[in-house]
Amino acid sequence: MDELTEIHAQSRPHLPRGVRLKRDEARGRWTLLAPERIFEIDDTAATVLELCDGERDLAQIVAELAARYTAPPAVIEKDVVAMLVDLKTKRVLET
Amino acid sequence: MTAHTPPPPAPPIGLLVELTHRCPLGCLYCSNPVALERPGNELDGETWKKVFSEAAALGALHVHLSGGEPTARRDIVDLTRHASQSGLYTNLITSGIGVNETLTGDLADAGLDHAQLSFQGADKETNDRLGHYKGSWERKRAFAAYVIKAALPLTINAVIHRSNIHQVAAFIDLAVELGARRLEVAHTQYYGWALANRAALMPPKSQVDESIAIVQAARERLKGELVIDLVVPDYYARYPKPCAGGWGRVAINVSPTGKALPCHAAESIPGLDFWNVRDHSLSDIWHSNSAFKAFRGTDWMPEPCRSCDRREIDWGGCRCQALALTGDARNTDPACYKSPHHERIAAMAMAESESGDGVLRWRSYKADKVEA
Repeated sequence: MDELTEIHAQSRPHLPRGVRLKRDEARGRWTLLAPERIFEIDDTAATVLELCDGERDLAQIVAELAARYTAPPAVIEKDVVAMLVDLKTKRVLET
Repeated sequence: MTAHTPPPPAPPIGLLVELTHRCPLGCLYCSNPVALERPGNELDGETWKKVFSEAAALGALHVHLSGGEPTARRDIVDLTRHASQSGLYTNLITSGIGVNETLTGDLADAGLDHAQLSFQGADKETNDRLGHYKGSWERKRAFAAYVIKAALPLTINAVIHRSNIHQVAAFIDLAVELGARRLEVAHTQYYGWALANRAALMPPKSQVDESIAIVQAARERLKGELVIDLVVPDYYARYPKPCAGGWGRVAINVSPTGKALPCHAAESIPGLDFWNVRDHSLSDIWHSNSAFKAFRGTDWMPEPCRSCDRREIDWGGCRCQALALTGDARNTDPACYKSPHHERIAAMAMAESESGDGVLRWRSYKADKVEA
């Protein structure tokens, strides 16, 4: 993996300008609005992205999620990193 | 016995507004109709604002502020602000001409989410010649810098045809150099002006294949740096594109004078009654206008679409292209290999790709403006 798509424990993921998390009331779901793209996302992914505020680092985000869902941090981290790397590759998330 | 009533359609996702047909450029492939709307007939700002509010209430998520050149409207900042405040994701589709640093900053402050900037060529000479506007290269580059300075995401759009298809690699380099997050390599779609100039625009298939390979290699190389979207040319395709995401399924276009259209070329199909946003709400148009129902879903389809397992992927392809190339808007889009017209269309494209340019029709209000 090259550095452009890497995420570390100290990374502070956030949505760049031009990417917005929005509750799509007409369809009863969460969406990530981006240039010429709309990503449908589930409630869990929306919760993760709400924590991606550029203040919290990945370690803090994982700790909060592990507490909230009472799940092992290692499992949470694996899922969160996979999701964030995917969004970063699509250029809708920055760290 | 009760009559069968189809369920109401899901709400549209995107609204594309052609705010004006005024444009400083004269591109041979412009997707606007050849009969351009005059400035005096354009909707006023209050009506456009009403349309944005109605679109958001209906469930649309994106609004594409397009034209012509949308910034030719003096109220572009005000319109952008209203669209943004309505909750729509606002996308400006621009030539970059006439947009200075102050206006770019004002648009960003008004809530603009994204700017898409066209380039006609990947170097000064090619760009200015194909855009039919001297000096546009420098102005476009300056606009790109204003967008980056305003911290807005930038997409570069390059419409590809025979005179610039050799520059696909250079367009990719240009997008990276300008700091774009996204590049559209969009092979020309043959409607409006592009249809009128098709013989001058059609590239040879060998170069099309080469351009696709260049994009695929660059996507891998630039992963995480630049997203590249590719629109492949219909005439050499095996399957048709799901035009506008399916007729009346995900998108509404509104013309400068307020006509609501299922796609930008829909007016080329005779016999459809398009309602105007001055007289009807977008919701009313989406749910009740017969023009939006005409090719919605799959019930209208003849064979080979009706029994095809791709009928809800391609949605029959493009109705305007079916009309333009086969004489009947209900036919399968001849871009599909199952169309009886498919071989003829591919052969015609190959023949045109080897022809001379012939008479060029540069986009302008004087439709008879031609150059040998």
